[in-house]
Amino acid sequence: MDTNLTGPLLDVQDLSVSFRTDRGIVRAVDGVSFHVDAGETLAIVGESGSGKSVTALSLLRLLDAAGSIDSGRVLFDGENLLDLDARAIRSIRGDRIAMIFQEPMSSLNPVLTIGKQVAEPIRLHRGTPWQDALREAERLLDHSRIPDAPARLKDYPHQFSGGMRQRTMIAMALACRPKLIIADEPTTALDVTVQAQILALLKELTREADSALILITHDLGVVARYADRVAVMYAGRIVETANARDLYGEPRHPYTQGLMASIPGVEGSIGHRLKTIDGQPPDLARLPPGCAFAPRCERATGACREATPALEPAGNGRLAACIRL
Amino acid sequence: MQAYIARRLLALVPTLLFVSLIVFVSMRLIPGDVIDLMLAQNDIATGQDRARIEAALGLDQPVYVQYFTWLGNVVTGDFGRSLWNNVPVTEQLLATMPITFELGFLALIVALTVALPIGVYSAIRQDTAGDYIARSFSLVMLAVPGFWLGTLVMVFPSVWWRWAPELEYTPFLEDPIKNIQHLIVPAILLGLSMSAVTMRMTRTMMLEVLRQDYIRTARAKGVGEALLILRHALRNGLIPVVTLIGLQAPLLIGGAVIFEQIFVVPGMGLLLLEAVFQRDYPVVSGVFLVAGASILLINLVVDLSYGWLDPKVRHQ
Repeated sequence: MDTNLTGPLLDVQDLSVSFRTDRGIVRAVDGVSFHVDAGETLAIVGESGSGKSVTALSLLRLLDAAGSIDSGRVLFDGENLLDLDARAIRSIRGDRIAMIFQEPMSSLNPVLTIGKQVAEPIRLHRGTPWQDALREAERLLDHSRIPDAPARLKDYPHQFSGGMRQRTMIAMALACRPKLIIADEPTTALDVTVQAQILALLKELTREADSALILITHDLGVVARYADRVAVMYAGRIVETANARDLYGEPRHPYTQGLMASIPGVEGSIGHRLKTIDGQPPDLARLPPGCAFAPRCERATGACREATPALEPAGNGRLAACIRL
Repeated sequence: MQAYIARRLLALVPTLLFVSLIVFVSMRLIPGDVIDLMLAQNDIATGQDRARIEAALGLDQPVYVQYFTWLGNVVTGDFGRSLWNNVPVTEQLLATMPITFELGFLALIVALTVALPIGVYSAIRQDTAGDYIARSFSLVMLAVPGFWLGTLVMVFPSVWWRWAPELEYTPFLEDPIKNIQHLIVPAILLGLSMSAVTMRMTRTMMLEVLRQDYIRTARAKGVGEALLILRHALRNGLIPVVTLIGLQAPLLIGGAVIFEQIFVVPGMGLLLLEAVFQRDYPVVSGVFLVAGASILLINLVVDLSYGWLDPKVRHQ
């Protein structure tokens, strides 16, 4: 591949993922393509069940046994991660691509010390002796603003609050200075007051380490403040991608417009009813023919229910999947 | 911590009192008392002899007096003497206890070496042929009674290959190799019957642990499968398994009675069996007290080991 130098850091092409369930095979991600440039922050936005977390897990092939990647390519530095053998993908996980998960309460191992868990990737990928890896872990924890880091190295996760655990996860993700960090709803489980701190920290440290960031969230407020570009997902497909500013200024896809309209504003919000999108997110096992959003869309016509719209240029370097644009 | 241990040790007292009471009463409820058995061996004995023997052994007193006399002696460390050969019970216990403990310890090692690796394997390879074979094996071990298996091992190898298990006991300090040669067969049989439940528990717990978020975190860090099991999963899965080992302690003692009889191991089990047949009340009571205390102590050690396995417990 000759695109190594000029191509994007991560180039996901036509990724499809399905799950075996009691009700048959369900396609959770359907032909998703996007790219992330070095040092850039891409937000993937969508409701629960839109396939954003599954997409994130698929990149590092961390799906559980019920899920399988049906097609597509995940080019990282020009190398297709989906073609690598188990050993090769392991050498990338935690080293060049790191991940931060949603549940800080359950994502840390309860019987291992904080220090050991943060030091582990350094030990694994660099072969650093434990002693030195632990010293590095101490520095990373301190950098993630864990107060009194040297003393807390020997603590266990249950002695940490949710926010501190997520700081630990960030320290762990940054341990090997990865080129890409995938953060799957990193603040959803945290108190609102802590959320902003954690996101600011994540953004600051990724910028410092010159890492790219994929930020998976359902919170458009987060997107506005931290993302360079946004991909909006609905029912396993990307329906719109744009620069964050453009998307905010002028959402094009009817679903994106619906999402924007449902953000609670500050002024005059008291007494006003929050706007919502009518209907329910679709059942992935029984997707309607044509555009999956059509049943909830105010602008849908008969044609919308016939063919699935492709993601097409909609001006300003943005892409949208809607035939009504 | 010391306060906790002290409290737990104190809690042993009422339990053991209860055990001693049940044993004392139930032994005297079995038809045919010790005097009948003694007189049956001597045709010319008369009714007068019976009264004399009863008085000599202290059995002419009311049962509750006998119990409290015995209890008072036990508190001072005197378990009484055998009714038949007048040997102090303490002496008999000290001679047989280490043998039974050795058998139990060997059986435990066998059980864990079989159960843990197979349980882990079964969980990693869930629903494969290997998993089914392992689970079927554990079902068979659960279903087959130990005495039957023990008899098979005694009989068939000698018929087929003219080989029989060693049946002569040699003290460990005299010749460790001969000692192990004798005990290893009953230890394997006892261990295998214990391993069945432990293996299933290990499998279930590993399956549970492998689904946890922190296992996914470890994978995302690039941890390989072997390290994932050893460092990240096993210790989390082991906590309930250790509890189970404590709960199986009575099985070790019960199994010892059967296997010591079959393989002629002069341990506490054999002592107990003979004492029950001969209605040797002080010996039976002594064995049960020691066995009861051992089971309770094993469970105390199990509870203390949680602190090592689970940091949450340690910090409480």
